[in-house]
Amino acid sequence: MNAIVKVENVGMTFDTKKGRFVALQNVNLQIRQGEVVSLIGHSGCGKSTLLNLIAGLTLPTSGAMICNGREIAGPGPERAVVFQNHSLLPWLTCFENVHLAVERVFGAKEGKDKLKARTNAALEMVHMSHAAQKMPHEISGGMKQRIGIARAFAMEPKILLMDEPFGALDALTRASLQDELIGVMEKTGATVVMVTHDVDEAVLLSDRVVMMTNGPAATIGEILEVKLAKPRDRLQLAHDPHFAECRAAILEFLYQKQMKKAA
Amino acid sequence: MSTATLTSGLVTVGPDTEAAPETRDGVTVAKQEAPMAAATVSRAAAAEAAEPSASFGERCSAFLRVVLPPLLGFAFIIGLWAMVAMKSTDFPGPAKTLDAAITLFSDPFYQNGPNDQGIGWNILSSLKRVAVGFGVAALVGIPMGFIIGRFAFMNSMLEPIISILRPVSPLAWLPIGLMVFKAADPASTWTIFICSIWPMILNTAQGVQRVPQDYLNVARVLNLSEFKIITKILFPSVLPYMLTGIRLSIGTAWLVIVAAEMLTGGVGIGFWVWDEWNNLKVEHIIIAIFVIGIVGLVLEQFLLLIARRFSYGNN
Ligand SMILES: Nc1ncnc2c1ncn2[C@@H]1O[C@H](COP(=O)(O)OP(=O)(O)O)[C@@H](O)[C@H]1O
Ligand SMILES: [Mg+2]
Repeated sequence: MNAIVKVENVGMTFDTKKGRFVALQNVNLQIRQGEVVSLIGHSGCGKSTLLNLIAGLTLPTSGAMICNGREIAGPGPERAVVFQNHSLLPWLTCFENVHLAVERVFGAKEGKDKLKARTNAALEMVHMSHAAQKMPHEISGGMKQRIGIARAFAMEPKILLMDEPFGALDALTRASLQDELIGVMEKTGATVVMVTHDVDEAVLLSDRVVMMTNGPAATIGEILEVKLAKPRDRLQLAHDPHFAECRAAILEFLYQKQMKKAA
Repeated sequence: MSTATLTSGLVTVGPDTEAAPETRDGVTVAKQEAPMAAATVSRAAAAEAAEPSASFGERCSAFLRVVLPPLLGFAFIIGLWAMVAMKSTDFPGPAKTLDAAITLFSDPFYQNGPNDQGIGWNILSSLKRVAVGFGVAALVGIPMGFIIGRFAFMNSMLEPIISILRPVSPLAWLPIGLMVFKAADPASTWTIFICSIWPMILNTAQGVQRVPQDYLNVARVLNLSEFKIITKILFPSVLPYMLTGIRLSIGTAWLVIVAAEMLTGGVGIGFWVWDEWNNLKVEHIIIAIFVIGIVGLVLEQFLLLIARRFSYGNN
């Protein structure tokens, strides 16, 4: 088994005004090439913290983070991130937003036409070619998230990291973006780590669901293998007994074992 | 700033005369759109365009709702002025001032020696001083703002100095300008430089400090070069703050130039006011007040227009 990402005994402590805050402790996780892993847990448990560690946006205070056999020392284009709030640059058109990433990754090797073609292909993949010349504030939230995904995929990253990519969207938009993401993942065979708080989304999209205990000092509670054949179809899954089992296991973990104390 | 208070002052005179609640709406909309009494016509046009299917009667009343309150305000002020003028022997009334304005503006660009030039030349030389002082302040202040915003050390080093110097009236710097430059003209430009530089530094620095972390994270994930970070992320996100600084600077600069020119003499609208006072031509002073107000308003609106061009929706 070749793990592309290894998280070994990782701990993360923040220095805050109220003293030291231990967010993560003793986190161990291995992510295989081509695997889709989702992180689920109650809000504030440290999912984003873990994802940012893999991204290299922050560095762990203890333990080791390894990607592709090398210690993660910072962010890099081989680990693309889809941010929760899309983070498109508002002064660039959708095309330019994606092109900025393409240019950075492939600009040294490829000509202008090739870069443009790559950008257009990425927009096409999320069905957003029609909005290429629009500014981000002219399109809907779901469309912005699509552009964010196109930007990440256009970089042809080894690993795609997504922090609640559909968290701010309504249920219908979310479902259609999930379907789109399934298609894109199928096509690219990407390794994906995704934070979510949606149980159905976790089961629908992932090969493994990593369930995190409540913070402070959160760690990985259980890991669930989702043994459903791919590509998955949400309508058929609704009647699948294994889907129901997975769902029940996650719900049980979240609402029985890790019941959140009322704040 | 001063124009906004003026307009709302004028507007409060209006609503009493018309009681319908829609009227109020009309007034609020008008107030928000542009605090600009001179633009009543274009505002009315905008109101009309907003309801293309409205009947003629409705459109008339919408027009009146927008135009009437400012007109009433002006009528009120002019009436008050006429009354005061009637009671006083040396204060000219609106009619006499209008007469004088017509003569004055029929030949704004005459030149009879250095101390007797048309009002057009006076306005232009004031604007030129503002432009130069302000331009140099931008060249110095904006990079300084970037440095202060980017490096905490520079911020802690320069902040106390700026805090002490900023509240000082720029006119206090005039003697130093006179001493250094040994001439009136660069000295008043120097005061403009001093008063323009603070808002420019502080707003730019604030803009740099407030570049959203998300955008910086994007830059880090993409591993953008320092050049790309500056051109694609820092500069565009600081630009709105910079433009606010520029607008505040120009506003103060225009306030200060009048006072500075009164002290230094030469050609300029401030000097002209002082000269007309010595000639006891009070109607010219009143005209100058209007002219200074309108030029200030035009400058501000122009910069607001630019700022709107560079505000990228509400993200
Ligand atoms: N930069 C930081 N400084 C201090 N505390 C932080 C920081 N980032 C996250 N935390 C804390 O760590 C915990 C986990 O946060 P996060 O990973 O954002 O949770 P979530 O699972 O909702 O994504 C929270 O209690 C949060 O307050
Ligand atoms: Mg989070």
